[in-house]
Amino acid sequence: MEKTVNQKAWFLVLPVLVLVAFSAVIPLMTVVNYSVQDTFGQNQFFWAGLEWFREMLESERMWNALGRQLLFSGIILAIEIPLGIFVALNMPKSGFWSSVCLVLMSLPLLIPWNVVGTIWQIFGRVDIGLLGYTLDAVGISYNYTQDVFAAWFTIIIMDVWHWTSLVALLAYAGLKSIPDAYYQAAKIDQASRWNVFRYIELPKMMGVLMIAILLRFMDSFMIYTEPFVVTGGGPGNATTLLSIDLVKMALGQFDLGPAAAFSLMYNLVILTMAYVFYTVMTTLEKRGG
Amino acid sequence: MAKITLDNLAHSYLPNPKGEDDFALKELNHVWNDGEAYALLGASGCGKSTLLNIISGLLHPSQGRILFDDVDVTAATTADRNIAQVFQFPVVYDTMSVRDNLAFPLKNRGSDPAYVAERVRKIAEMIGMEAELDRRARGLTADAKQKISLGRGMVREDVNALLFDEPLTVIDPHMKWELRTQLKSLHHEFGHTMIYVTHDQTEALTFADRVVVMYDGRVVQIGTPQELFEKPAHTFVGYFIGSPGMNVIPATVDGTTATVDGNAVPLGRSYGAVQGGATLGVRPEFVSLTDEGGLPVTVRRVEDVGRHRIVRADLFGNDINIVVGEGRAISPDMNRVVFDPAHVNVYVNEWRQEGEAV
Amino acid sequence: MTLELKGVSKLVGGETHIHPTDLTLEKGTMNVLLGPTLSGKTSLMRLMAGLDAPSEGRIFQDGQDVTGVRVQERKVAMVYQQFINYPSMTVYENIASPLRLTGASKAEIEAAVGKAAELMQLTPMLQRKPLELSGGQQQRCALARALVKNAGLVLLDEPLANLDYKLREELRVEIPKIFEESGSIFVYATTEPEEALLLGGNTATLWEGRVTQFAPTPTVYRQPVDATTARVFSDPPMNFLPITKTGGHLEFGDGLKTPATGALADIADGKYMAGFRPNHLEISRHGDEAIRFDAKLVVTELTGSETFVHLDHGGARWVGLVHGVHDLKPGSALPVYLDPAHVYVFSETGELVAPAAYALAA
Repeated sequence: MEKTVNQKAWFLVLPVLVLVAFSAVIPLMTVVNYSVQDTFGQNQFFWAGLEWFREMLESERMWNALGRQLLFSGIILAIEIPLGIFVALNMPKSGFWSSVCLVLMSLPLLIPWNVVGTIWQIFGRVDIGLLGYTLDAVGISYNYTQDVFAAWFTIIIMDVWHWTSLVALLAYAGLKSIPDAYYQAAKIDQASRWNVFRYIELPKMMGVLMIAILLRFMDSFMIYTEPFVVTGGGPGNATTLLSIDLVKMALGQFDLGPAAAFSLMYNLVILTMAYVFYTVMTTLEKRGG
Repeated sequence: MAKITLDNLAHSYLPNPKGEDDFALKELNHVWNDGEAYALLGASGCGKSTLLNIISGLLHPSQGRILFDDVDVTAATTADRNIAQVFQFPVVYDTMSVRDNLAFPLKNRGSDPAYVAERVRKIAEMIGMEAELDRRARGLTADAKQKISLGRGMVREDVNALLFDEPLTVIDPHMKWELRTQLKSLHHEFGHTMIYVTHDQTEALTFADRVVVMYDGRVVQIGTPQELFEKPAHTFVGYFIGSPGMNVIPATVDGTTATVDGNAVPLGRSYGAVQGGATLGVRPEFVSLTDEGGLPVTVRRVEDVGRHRIVRADLFGNDINIVVGEGRAISPDMNRVVFDPAHVNVYVNEWRQEGEAV
Repeated sequence: MTLELKGVSKLVGGETHIHPTDLTLEKGTMNVLLGPTLSGKTSLMRLMAGLDAPSEGRIFQDGQDVTGVRVQERKVAMVYQQFINYPSMTVYENIASPLRLTGASKAEIEAAVGKAAELMQLTPMLQRKPLELSGGQQQRCALARALVKNAGLVLLDEPLANLDYKLREELRVEIPKIFEESGSIFVYATTEPEEALLLGGNTATLWEGRVTQFAPTPTVYRQPVDATTARVFSDPPMNFLPITKTGGHLEFGDGLKTPATGALADIADGKYMAGFRPNHLEISRHGDEAIRFDAKLVVTELTGSETFVHLDHGGARWVGLVHGVHDLKPGSALPVYLDPAHVYVFSETGELVAPAAYALAA
């Protein structure tokens, strides 16, 4: 729908442009600047061209981190989306208990990320953590600082604990928007529980689920704080995800050039994947899922 | 198809209803005949949807029983009652094709695929959607979606009753005609027991064999469209049915004569001596505007509604509406009205008096 | 004020929503936009209000070009199909809200709100919140708010569509009364021909983004300029029938041949489309001139005092509305009669060739 033309309106956008320039454009340009130069300290820079990009693309270290990252995102999506839907389907739709559920579900979302990491770091410890101690006591060997599987298990469980509620809340909102008449009609048609889910609930939830998948994918792809607090990327490099690797490179080794190139590519990968993902999902949606 | 018996039925949404006012549906006893088409007509909040939901089993009544063919189904679930229902807004399974939508109730009951295919073909022909059978339901217009809902309701031959909850609300006036007559034809063809809830008198009267008029949680009259029009049992029926509704005029009644503000009005039947005040109910169609005889009126405005005109006038301080047919002249000296005695009804405490033939 | 649309059109994404339209709405008139869903009623209203800018053409208020002037700077009030009120304000505050913006004095506001509330029968509910009211009362509150604004142009977009039938009937009677007093231009969109007739005033019939006719409501009803207008302004729909006129006789394609009388006598030989309204079809012969058709009865519907007969005439569906209650058997043959004075003659492309004789007399 077309609105009345008024060119003066552009001036109103100016403050935002200034703000975005300082908060995003200028820092990003700094990174771009670093990515094409080399330095030996003392603020002396040399032109390096696309050298760093080539080096990063040939670096096995980065490819390994990317592989781990994709595995991590894949696993948590595969768990959180179905689990979130399941939780939403079983939440009370109205009354006192529905409010209680909503509050409980929002709690993990309100906890700062480093606190989440700390909670699980302690929770999983074999000496004082409830989870670690219990598993150890029943004879399951569990030590996330030594064992690769245990480390992965811990960060995945942590992410599922932290973020499933978000998926569940979104799915719940989708479910709530379905008019009662649909359920009544399904009863009259003698549709099975599965059919009700397949033909009524799932189609009506598709919109919000798409948003949930997109959000969870991007967030998990950029995850840093929580796994870093728990495992520090270890044991070895087993849980060194992309962002952890990047920070190690930039701040640990102070390899500014490669790190800048790395982060630009990282950024590009996320944008591309989000775009591809969104396009695929909306086409599916249009075609009728 | 089934006969539906409402036995001592009442419903309140409150956990502990005290007086009659707490009941959304007041006590009701009635038998609805197998194969007839009924309409539940009333303003919003009159209890018609409550009654429909009790029949479909979506609501459990606070009191009384409901029987299908003399079998008590009060405790039975919606699915067990074997009914079909069409809702106010189209309910279609968006991701399914039109064909699958129509077949869904049959498939769920494990019907033979050949039978399903044949039934779907027949229903598609009835609702005029043969060409769209393989389209996805998503993206169809509201009209088309509601047709699918109607078709899904119709697809099972063995239903006890077909229930409609204001099914034409979202349909354009031009389309309403088509769908309504289709329903009517279907009823003639298959003879299902049908119950149709609406606030629209035209829909109710044209659809139903018998119309159940509800007012304030109570059934005030059950009758054929003609009975409701000519002999409204309650002034509410007179007001609610007909546009404009029935004129009500305070009067005193004695025998075959009513007196309105000192003027005698002849009646078609004899009422004996009515104690206290009565009201006369005369439909605007049975009032004629003349230049002599009858009662004096002051004409306030004349509305031309095409096939007739509505004259809005004042009769001894009461509003009175008169319908004047197309092609009949209205002149300024026409300031009197005459009632057709055969169509003057007498009401005491809002209820119609039967009177005796003379 | 007067509102003038000159060659106004609207294209959205290459699709024409409104074809070039000229309309002049006079001060203190009721103007009905009648047309089915998606015929362009709302699009046209948005152009009149200034919510959308026209793709082409100019809009004038009192002779002043207001094309492109924002809606906030025009004196416009609008009421929608949904009941839109401020839920947290009382009815009083809701009605007063447009006046508060203009900085009217307390006494002025009180007087204006009091008057509007009285007119809309809202006086007892002034201190309640809109959501505590019935649908009809909520819509009356929205109407009252539009009224106190004292806007020169009041746009009502199917304001009664979401209300109960009987309530709609009552408000339809009230609305024209209110408007007579205010002196504003009222524009009222509806899909229902009966509503247009009850409101009176002028009617513009819309079909696929085009205003097909704009004239006093009874004129549009009785003398439609083309078949489209007649179809839009007829509920139940108008019946059509192809006819051929040769040498003073009419042929209906089913072998019937009758002398051409009335308006039909004066038209040139050729092929035409005859149109007649359902209420003019009879099932018994009245008058010698009536033309007889042999139709098959599909289904009847009773309204209590009248009967709708749905007919099949040589494959075409006809609807008749006849007086009295007739219990006829579906599927049976039914002769029907039509007075030639009630026949509109359209050319094969739909333009009116001769209006029905009765319409000219009325």
